[in-house]
Amino acid sequence: MSIEIKNISHSYSKGTIQALKDVSLSIKPGERFGIIGPDGAGKTSLFRILTTLLLADNGSAVVCGYDVVKDYKAIRSICGYMPGKFSLYYDLSIQENLNFFARVFGTSFEANRHLVEEIYVQLEPFKDRPAGKLSGGMKQKLALCCALIHEPKVLFLDEPTTGVDPVSRREFWDMLDRLKSRNITILVSTPYMDEASRCDRIALMQDGKILAVDSLEGIIANYDKKLWSVKTQHTNAVLKKLKIHPEVASSIPFGDSIHIRMKNQLATFEDVRITMANMDDSLTVAPLVPEIEDVFMDLMSAQ
Amino acid sequence: MNNNEHIIEVQDLTRTFGAFTAVDHITFHVNKGEIFGFLGANGAGKTTAMKMLSGLLLPTSGKASVAGFDVFTQTEKIKKSIGYMSQKFSLYDDLSVLENIEFFGGIYGLKKQDLHIAKDLLLSKLGMEDQARSLVSSLPLGWKQKLSFSIAMIHKPVLIFLDEPTGGVDPITRRQFWEMIYDAAQEGTTIFVTTHYMDEAEYCDRVSIMVDGKIAALDKPANLKEQFEAESMDEVFYKLARGAKRGDG
Repeated sequence: MSIEIKNISHSYSKGTIQALKDVSLSIKPGERFGIIGPDGAGKTSLFRILTTLLLADNGSAVVCGYDVVKDYKAIRSICGYMPGKFSLYYDLSIQENLNFFARVFGTSFEANRHLVEEIYVQLEPFKDRPAGKLSGGMKQKLALCCALIHEPKVLFLDEPTTGVDPVSRREFWDMLDRLKSRNITILVSTPYMDEASRCDRIALMQDGKILAVDSLEGIIANYDKKLWSVKTQHTNAVLKKLKIHPEVASSIPFGDSIHIRMKNQLATFEDVRITMANMDDSLTVAPLVPEIEDVFMDLMSAQ
Repeated sequence: MNNNEHIIEVQDLTRTFGAFTAVDHITFHVNKGEIFGFLGANGAGKTTAMKMLSGLLLPTSGKASVAGFDVFTQTEKIKKSIGYMSQKFSLYDDLSVLENIEFFGGIYGLKKQDLHIAKDLLLSKLGMEDQARSLVSSLPLGWKQKLSFSIAMIHKPVLIFLDEPTGGVDPITRRQFWEMIYDAAQEGTTIFVTTHYMDEAEYCDRVSIMVDGKIAALDKPANLKEQFEAESMDEVFYKLARGAKRGDG
């Protein structure tokens, strides 16, 4: 295993805030592992423990065979870490930041340039510009380069795409795709559920707990509740009716449709269609393959 | 610019910073009572446009009125007529829930009696009576966001600007938040909202997408999907913003 986390718990403010509750996870070498959960789920605390920046109250963790407490120095030299907040030097240029991070890790930018070449070529035209004057997308690219420049075995990316628009989010994941051949283990966290499809495996996290761990396909396949998609021109009005409908167990808006679950799990398409038509004959109903958000919300409510 | 049905009326609105044109001759309107989605890639000019419409930044040229007031000459009147909330700046962390309500109520000039009524109503609506004396910093993000939305509405504005109100919020709370938006719209408040969640774009009556300082598209979500031959708003956004030349500053 590349990362082995056993029964980690952590609290803040004299135990009043439980950030992590008995978290265990195993992450394989070369795996791209996503930790998916909203703000406050405990993602950053977990990252800080694994990167030896925070001591857990309980439990243990091993990164590439090194214990996060005893062997913290060894871990620091083999990890790349991109924190959620942009943490490079604003008043150093792109090039100076890269040189600095390479040297801190006992190497040089020139020696390891090949590791970041594909991303660096996009930064190179602006290499003398101070990091503080870069656009959000460029800052992100530079931060990734700085985290990669010492050839880490494990890369920790804490919410690299938060607050980023959908196009730039996609570009960031494409950038990670290009690292795949390099066999770096990547642990990445995100609040965006749709990014699950870009990971080999994911852990769904909420309120300090891991709700599920599997591949995206595995998580969807494991979800045994039947869902239906209802489409309407008047989502809000229809939602209000669905919420009080005696045969409907749950109704959740999903963009231009509403995902519903019937109390009777054995209801056929025809049953559901008739029930909905009786409520409002302008609705269209279709069977539905659950999305990751369906599963997440279901697991959340079960807590 | 006297259309009473248009709560926001914008014509050729432009803002430059030195040689850089952040907002480049945008023209559009927002209807009274509508939920208007204001989308765009990072750096497309959304924030600059919103600052001008909320009276915080003077435009370089063009015309615009918000709630009947001119963005060049009546910015103080605009500020009194609108509500504003964002993920980044919302409430004072080191004040309690109640203190925040009282503070913002006071800022917006609510009378003591009105504030008293508004306070109780707000707390009971949110189910936060037990948290009234807790510091805002101790609340989960989702609660904070619902609270700051309610506080931004405390002076019953005709129009509210929501700048990425649901960023990082869990999927259940995110939907509860949209229920609050719907309810406010139903009561007649116009909603002007930005988001990076494309499913939320579907909840808007109309959506505009900014690319490189210009409005590249504006219509109902269903029409935009048809126009761009896309299955989802995500795809519409991708098709439009992919060609953007600039990132955010």
